[in-house]
Amino acid sequence: MNVTITLNGKRIVDDIDPSTLLIDWVRSKGCLSVKRGCETSNCGLCTVLLNDKPVLSCSILAVRADKCKVVTLEGLQKEAQEFGAFIADEGAEQCGFCNPGFMVNAICLLKENPDPTEDEIKEYLAGNLCRCSGYEGQLRGIQKFIAYKKGA
Amino acid sequence: MLEIKNYIRVKSIEEAYELNQKKNNTIIGGMLWLKMQDRTIGTAIDLSDLGLDKIVEEDDKFIIGAMVTLRDLELHEGLNALTQKAMKESVRHIVGVQFRNLATVGGSIFGRYGFSDVLTVFLSMNAKVQTYEKGIISLKEFSESKYDNDIVMNIIVDKKDMRIVYQSIRNNNHTDFPALTCSVGYIDGKYYVACGARPYKAKLVICDDLKGVSSQFDTATNNRASAQYRAKMMDVLINRAYKKMKGE
Repeated sequence: MNVTITLNGKRIVDDIDPSTLLIDWVRSKGCLSVKRGCETSNCGLCTVLLNDKPVLSCSILAVRADKCKVVTLEGLQKEAQEFGAFIADEGAEQCGFCNPGFMVNAICLLKENPDPTEDEIKEYLAGNLCRCSGYEGQLRGIQKFIAYKKGA
Repeated sequence: MLEIKNYIRVKSIEEAYELNQKKNNTIIGGMLWLKMQDRTIGTAIDLSDLGLDKIVEEDDKFIIGAMVTLRDLELHEGLNALTQKAMKESVRHIVGVQFRNLATVGGSIFGRYGFSDVLTVFLSMNAKVQTYEKGIISLKEFSESKYDNDIVMNIIVDKKDMRIVYQSIRNNNHTDFPALTCSVGYIDGKYYVACGARPYKAKLVICDDLKGVSSQFDTATNNRASAQYRAKMMDVLINRAYKKMKGE
């Protein structure tokens, strides 16, 4: 099926098999930050933005993204570098496999709600699993980033 | 693994209904539960272009399209004002924001899943369902009916003065399937008590008095909770809902 999808700002016309999931399509276009962690729509590793909303790319057909805008971490480099430094400074992650999905969703959280409470952060990011950490480092990193942005 | 031979974004509900009469064709809602299945679908029918992704507020009711996402319900000011934020409470524990941006109210209601928080809360609001074939019927009647090839188009909630208290028990506090869901509504002098994840699908009991109402819900044991635990907790949740309604 022919579709037109704008991936990270680039308009792509493609012929896609109806069974293809969005995760597999974006990876076939070189967006390898998008990972498959669970296969049960639970881990959040495959998070991408679909028309500016975070969605699980493992759980949506690529053909459903026809005429839509899709953004992966590759398309959020500026935001990711600034915010990522705060996560790294806290030594928040060990293996880093969950990082791309977490970054995309955290960036989205801060766009929707620039000054979230601790509970709001935890609730928004509850669908991003990390098996190495206890999430404390990530939480500190986000809170320090928010404080930095307020002071900037 | 889910295999889809053909995908059609229908232009009308009639087209969707006709396609849906064929056994191996299926409507795809949010596709979250469907994706977990190992099956081949002839034609996946997508309702995305039918304008069913909106919550329309009229003078006397809310009309919630089948393709409205659980995240839309969570953030909708009108529905949350009507239910004292029970609408948000009923969906905020479901996996994560990314999941709720995909999962649809139509899929949750049509599926009549045992674990459905969404069915539970709407039952306690005395909601109605509009389907292509049956027209507008009560959600209670719909929830008790058998699966067929009809299509859920809208969920309709009358704008009445209502008190709704939604609670669920989850073994990990959030993101997991519920071990029990309980929503109590108070509308026009009657209680609308809905309990789900017993682990059976949510059932509605309408009564004048909450005393002894939990005995009308049967429970069973699965790997999340025992039948006895569920029965005890149901009493606790109904009692808490009553106290919250009375402002205690």
